[in-house]
Amino acid sequence: MASIQIENVQKAFGKTIAVNHLNLDIKDGEFFTFLGPSGCGKTTTLRMIAGFYYPTKGVVRFGERDMTRVPPEKRNTGMVFQNYALFPHMTVFENVAFGLRVRKVSAADVKGKVLEVLRKVRLENYSNRQVSQLSGGQQQRVALARALVIEPEILLLDEPLSNLDAKLRDEMRAEILRLQRDYKITTIYVTHDQAEALSMSDRIAVFNYGVCHQVGTPAEIYNQPANDFVASFIGEINLLPVQVNRVEQENIAVTLKNDGEPVKLIVHNHANEGELNKGDLAVSIRPEAIRILDTAEDQTNVLKGKIEAVQFFGSIVNVLVQVGHVTLRVDVLNTHEFGYFYQGKDVYVELPEKQLRLIPVISGDAND
Amino acid sequence: MPMIKNRDTRLTIWLLIPVVFVLVAYVLYPSLRTFFESLQKDGAISFGNYQDFFVQESKTNLEALWNSVYISILSVFVSALIGIPLAIIFNRYDFPGRSFFSTAAILPIVLPSLVGVMAFMFLYGESGMIPNAMKDLFGLEKVPFKIGGVSGILIVHAYTMYVYFYMTVSAAINKIDPSLEEAAYNLGANKFKVFWKVTLPLLTPAIVAASLLVFMISMASFSAPFLLAGGYRVLSLQIYFSKINGDMEIAATQSVILSIVSISFLLFMRWYQNRKDYRMATKGIGAHRSEVKNPLLKWVMVGFGMIGVLVLLLPHFTILLLSLVPDGTWTWQTYPSVFNVENYRLLFADPNIFKPLKNSLIMAVIATVGNLVFGVIASYVLVKRKFVGKSFVDILVMIPWALPATVIGMNLVFAFNEPSVFSFGQILVGTYWILPLAYFIRHIPLVVRSTNAVLEQLDDSIEEAARNLGAKWFYTFRKVILPIIMPGVLSGTLLAFIESVGEFPTSVLLYTISNRPISIEIMNQLRMFNMGQAAAYGMIQITLIVIVLFISNKFFGIKAEKAL
Ligand SMILES: Nc1ncnc2c1ncn2[C@@H]1O[C@H](COP(=O)(O)OP(=O)(O)O)[C@@H](O)[C@H]1O
Ligand SMILES: [Mg+2]
Repeated sequence: MASIQIENVQKAFGKTIAVNHLNLDIKDGEFFTFLGPSGCGKTTTLRMIAGFYYPTKGVVRFGERDMTRVPPEKRNTGMVFQNYALFPHMTVFENVAFGLRVRKVSAADVKGKVLEVLRKVRLENYSNRQVSQLSGGQQQRVALARALVIEPEILLLDEPLSNLDAKLRDEMRAEILRLQRDYKITTIYVTHDQAEALSMSDRIAVFNYGVCHQVGTPAEIYNQPANDFVASFIGEINLLPVQVNRVEQENIAVTLKNDGEPVKLIVHNHANEGELNKGDLAVSIRPEAIRILDTAEDQTNVLKGKIEAVQFFGSIVNVLVQVGHVTLRVDVLNTHEFGYFYQGKDVYVELPEKQLRLIPVISGDAND
Repeated sequence: MPMIKNRDTRLTIWLLIPVVFVLVAYVLYPSLRTFFESLQKDGAISFGNYQDFFVQESKTNLEALWNSVYISILSVFVSALIGIPLAIIFNRYDFPGRSFFSTAAILPIVLPSLVGVMAFMFLYGESGMIPNAMKDLFGLEKVPFKIGGVSGILIVHAYTMYVYFYMTVSAAINKIDPSLEEAAYNLGANKFKVFWKVTLPLLTPAIVAASLLVFMISMASFSAPFLLAGGYRVLSLQIYFSKINGDMEIAATQSVILSIVSISFLLFMRWYQNRKDYRMATKGIGAHRSEVKNPLLKWVMVGFGMIGVLVLLLPHFTILLLSLVPDGTWTWQTYPSVFNVENYRLLFADPNIFKPLKNSLIMAVIATVGNLVFGVIASYVLVKRKFVGKSFVDILVMIPWALPATVIGMNLVFAFNEPSVFSFGQILVGTYWILPLAYFIRHIPLVVRSTNAVLEQLDDSIEEAARNLGAKWFYTFRKVILPIIMPGVLSGTLLAFIESVGEFPTSVLLYTISNRPISIEIMNQLRMFNMGQAAAYGMIQITLIVIVLFISNKFFGIKAEKAL
């Protein structure tokens, strides 16, 4: 077991900077996820923790120990590779036993430990199989067993489920979580799939272009995105570029930047927004947070609009409402009778003050 | 902080040092020595030898160069004319015995070049069995035909080299996406049009590659001209004669010129194969053969197939037959009459006769172990490690493949007939070690290339997984990488072994009386008209080759001939 500190780390490959200014503090026993689009530096970061790359700048620590330049074989991490990297010339048993034999564990102990871990991953009947005779999900479990049996301080998983089909993926997700809770092992999980990240993690770090944009629990990341990239990468969101008119203790008044007639909104003043004066801003609101009304009951943040399109998704109905020159996406639970929302219907939308967040725009084009 | 901060970088350097040392010492340095030697003229440095080569009055050298080029061009045409149609017929039509015939088509590989040439002499030469049989059969005055000179060389080349066309074109045919041709039919083209406008253009890259290869191999060919040329001079043979006559500077000049031709072909071939090739964009769809329906045509094809296999096997049978004729029992008669296993008995009973076989086997083992160790390290560094100057090392590795064997032999003569750093202050020429060294150098590319092929298949994450589990590099290399790549490595190495056993051109330039290899002894026995003994040596080689191909196919599941 160990905590991991990554301090001011940069990794450059020639002129490409794959990871920059990275600071992470991963707690002992935590299930920590690196989330981000392909090419954003997740694997590079993971490999610096495993020791396959050394940082160009900065320090990697496990607990109190400086691991920055320790070779991979001396780190005692267990890694599960995207393609599993099972040794093709060995049986399941030999694959799992490899790390123990390297550690010169006695033959009897090797046998006991391997069989125990194989039982944990439910492969006890397969120990003499050649790995090529296993299905994808079984190979995945051998890779997990092989990483776990050495009792690593840290478990590293690089997109472990991306080669499996959807059903197996759900099964393995549960399996990985069960094993992680079982072994209480510090785990870093790399994925580009936000649903996977939200459902499995204790905390998530969201990456883009080699920079970590936010670290937080799934709820924090979802409900309080740090900027427009995080907001739009995770789940669906409405992003409306705005101008700040007035800042008060409780709330902030903003105007939508939009070529039609000015639309004004009141946004709850969240304590953590110190960056109001820097750069472009947008307000964000999740589709499920917007309410559709038939009449303008209340005056704050209620806008008049017209339904542009309706899409039926089963449990929810997705309604696109045109307000002035912007289109808002609204998700409504499937509780109304069919035909309640229709294209061209005049409606009012309420954007609740507390659900609106004022966030910095970093990616240039905030609205999509 | 030490200069080299990363231990992986340090490891790369430690692995590179022996690789680069071997390549510089035994590939680059000998080539440069030959080049310097060619610049020596009357004790001064000049291009005088080159001037002589091109403007000499007797024009023998220029003529030899021209003859080499001429023979090589003809060899390309004749080999193509046999190999391409065979590839198309065997891969596009289905008829009884097709699979057997298509395997038999690579039979010429199972014949060491010197032994093959010998078989052709006895089959089709002046006193050859076929011409004489025809003479007797038809009651002719003289033999109706005989091979020798250009025709002799050409027939031997065609026999051995059509296989390169056959194999490359077969591979290319099987990569053609059938839908391309089907699309053409669908658009209304007839069979003839589809072949000329679609199929043939798609095969062009393979045909060009095979042509370049055959041209290079013909330029380097030594055994066939050596035994069959008569008065016909080719450049590879001229080098040998210059050396025998002691005209070392001339031999050097001839070697350099032959090298330049060969290396330009190598570079051209690399360039040609590295072009982005849109033609083969789709991957192995598998053959789609049409069954031959017309019964007459079907059996005609089978008949031709049988005759073809017979012709291909005749040399092997000839060697077998000759090896069963005791020496001294077949002198003036047209056909031999006594058959027994006396030659084989003598081979194993008479120490003098057994010695060359033993010499060859031991030297081949030494050279091949060297090839194995060097090949695995060099290939690992080239495929799995990053370093500056990789393409330079890559080219050095390929040079012994491009250089004609005769040139490699001469390079060694020039480099090691005096003490040098690379021979640790010893003179190697005239010692035991020069031949194993020559065999080793000759087969560097073969082993490195076949190892590269398997290492490229091995995902980097396998090595990383082992290190992640706590294994040091060397442990990982021994327990994970080596066992995985071994089958591929061994099949290349075994081929190097059998080629070393039969190696003739470098042997003839470098052997010592006390250490004669099998190929030299075959040559000597032929000179003394002891055909039987020579053929018995040949049969041993053929048997070795058959065993190796069998082992490779059976146990390693690898078509060893692919590595050629
Ligand atoms: N070994 C390498 N050499 C050069 N560039 C690399 C290397 N590994 C990664 N990169 C580059 O670094 C960036 C981040 O890559 P990576 O960490 O693999 O992304 P991710 O795993 O998030 O998809 C990419 O632009 C990639 O091209
Ligand atoms: Mg990745």
